[in-house]
Amino acid sequence: MTMPFYASAEQIMRDRSEYARKNVARGRGVVVLKYPGGILFVAENPSNTLHKLGEIYDRVGFAAAGRYNEYENLRVAGVRYADLRGYSNSRRDVSGRAVANAFAQTLGAIFTEQQKPYEVEICVAEVGDAPAGDQLYRLTYDGSIVEEPQLVAMGGHADTIESTVRDTYHDSMSLAEATQAAVRALSAAGDTPRELGAANLEVATLDRDRTPRAFHRLIGPALNELLAEPSGPDHDADADADDDAGDADIDGAATDDSATGDEQTSGDESSERPDRGTP
Amino acid sequence: MADHRGPGRLPAHFTTPGSSSFIDFLGAAAPDLLPGRRPLPPGIASELAPHGTTIIALTFDRGVLMAGDRRATAGNVIAQRDAEKVAVADSYSAIGIAGTAGIAHEMTKLFQVELEHYEKIEGTPLTLEGKANRLSTMVRGNLGAAMQGLVVVPIFAGLDLDVDDAARAGRIFTYDPTGGSYEERWFHGVGSGSIFARNALKKRWRAGLERDDAIRVALEALYDAADDDTATGGPDITRDLYPTMVVVTPDGAVMVRDDDLAVVAQRVIAGRRDNPGG
Repeated sequence: MTMPFYASAEQIMRDRSEYARKNVARGRGVVVLKYPGGILFVAENPSNTLHKLGEIYDRVGFAAAGRYNEYENLRVAGVRYADLRGYSNSRRDVSGRAVANAFAQTLGAIFTEQQKPYEVEICVAEVGDAPAGDQLYRLTYDGSIVEEPQLVAMGGHADTIESTVRDTYHDSMSLAEATQAAVRALSAAGDTPRELGAANLEVATLDRDRTPRAFHRLIGPALNELLAEPSGPDHDADADADDDAGDADIDGAATDDSATGDEQTSGDESSERPDRGTP
Repeated sequence: MADHRGPGRLPAHFTTPGSSSFIDFLGAAAPDLLPGRRPLPPGIASELAPHGTTIIALTFDRGVLMAGDRRATAGNVIAQRDAEKVAVADSYSAIGIAGTAGIAHEMTKLFQVELEHYEKIEGTPLTLEGKANRLSTMVRGNLGAAMQGLVVVPIFAGLDLDVDDAARAGRIFTYDPTGGSYEERWFHGVGSGSIFARNALKKRWRAGLERDDAIRVALEALYDAADDDTATGGPDITRDLYPTMVVVTPDGAVMVRDDDLAVVAQRVIAGRRDNPGG
């Protein structure tokens, strides 16, 4: 076999893009969407310990699809970045935009400088004091960053999932309604539609009313209740939205403590990636 | 932070795997932000900054509480009347630091971030003993400054969630300036007025105190400390300033509201009118 002496920059970039895109699309789906009470994350994830969703800071959350060790590496970097900024300035000085920007720069540098790009897609979300302040940033393997107005779908069959959620999406969805819409879309995607239950889901919220740390995992009974709650597009969504946010808060608080013990991530062991030298 | 390898990319410290400690990370990324890492000129600096004084902690039925007076002194002057020396460390623990105020504040803040950082990275909180050991390391890092008079003496209390017996879950740790950590039974105190407060606790504390009784006992003990120690402030009715207090129960660690403390403090004062010795 002969080795080519020259490959055009265009060819190299195209190959890398294709490689990353193909591998991200092989993963399981993740949906992040805004609802009046904050931001909801729903991921298909059979593992209780290897998380796709995570807390970055008080008002900032993280969701990822793709290769675990690579996005876990970015998540840890994001936590360090946010904690450093919050410690040396003030807690209010940490913004989702800054975290997303740091990720974008890092992903962009890796994409151009290294043989292999990160096979990940990331969503950084920030919950504001009012719904108008909520932000969703979608980041891709090459460092491009897009702010999405309503929702982000990532991973395998992302386009299908996104359009399915969009069919029922409206601005005043209750938490239960939003969760069920996301779960329906995740279940329907793929060649073999299936029913996703609580055991195969990872669900979390950035709850506007929860201070100072808005990030909250919905697990166990709280999640089951949310999935079973009757809701439909005809439901009086406006009145419900606040109620649901409140309910989830209480349910969550009750289960939170016992649950934190189960949430162990093997983060550091499995997120290892030998430090790369300069290319 | 000079270790950039690409345009705007996060430096290598941020993506190096292995550590879930914020202090370790700061040591690599921004060592100047760590209290123990700054070079100190020779000389004794103990008069440089105000001092915080009395802090006590005691266990009660299903919990533990920590309380501190509000005074900070600089020599014979009251530097601050509304100092807060006791803080919530994380969901199930509290920290209070007596000694040089500036370093105490910095250490409290760093300790809070350290616990939260670990929890976020590992997905699970440190055990109570793990937290106590982290604090030990931080105090040890301050030894150089302590030898020049900038001493801090923390007290740490929290609920040990691994202990099944709720009555024994509340645990208290004290430290010496070299970082030695000691677990205390039932109650303890640090700072200049702590001798008097501890004597009061010795007479008033009993096993199985209810939460509200424990709050009263803590305020009585701080009253005794303020009674006999010039550097400890008593309840200040004219300015509406009362001790700060954190109560840790299985429901979490919370600051006790000023209004609630005011009511109890007024009762303590009223009691002392008839019987000054309590």
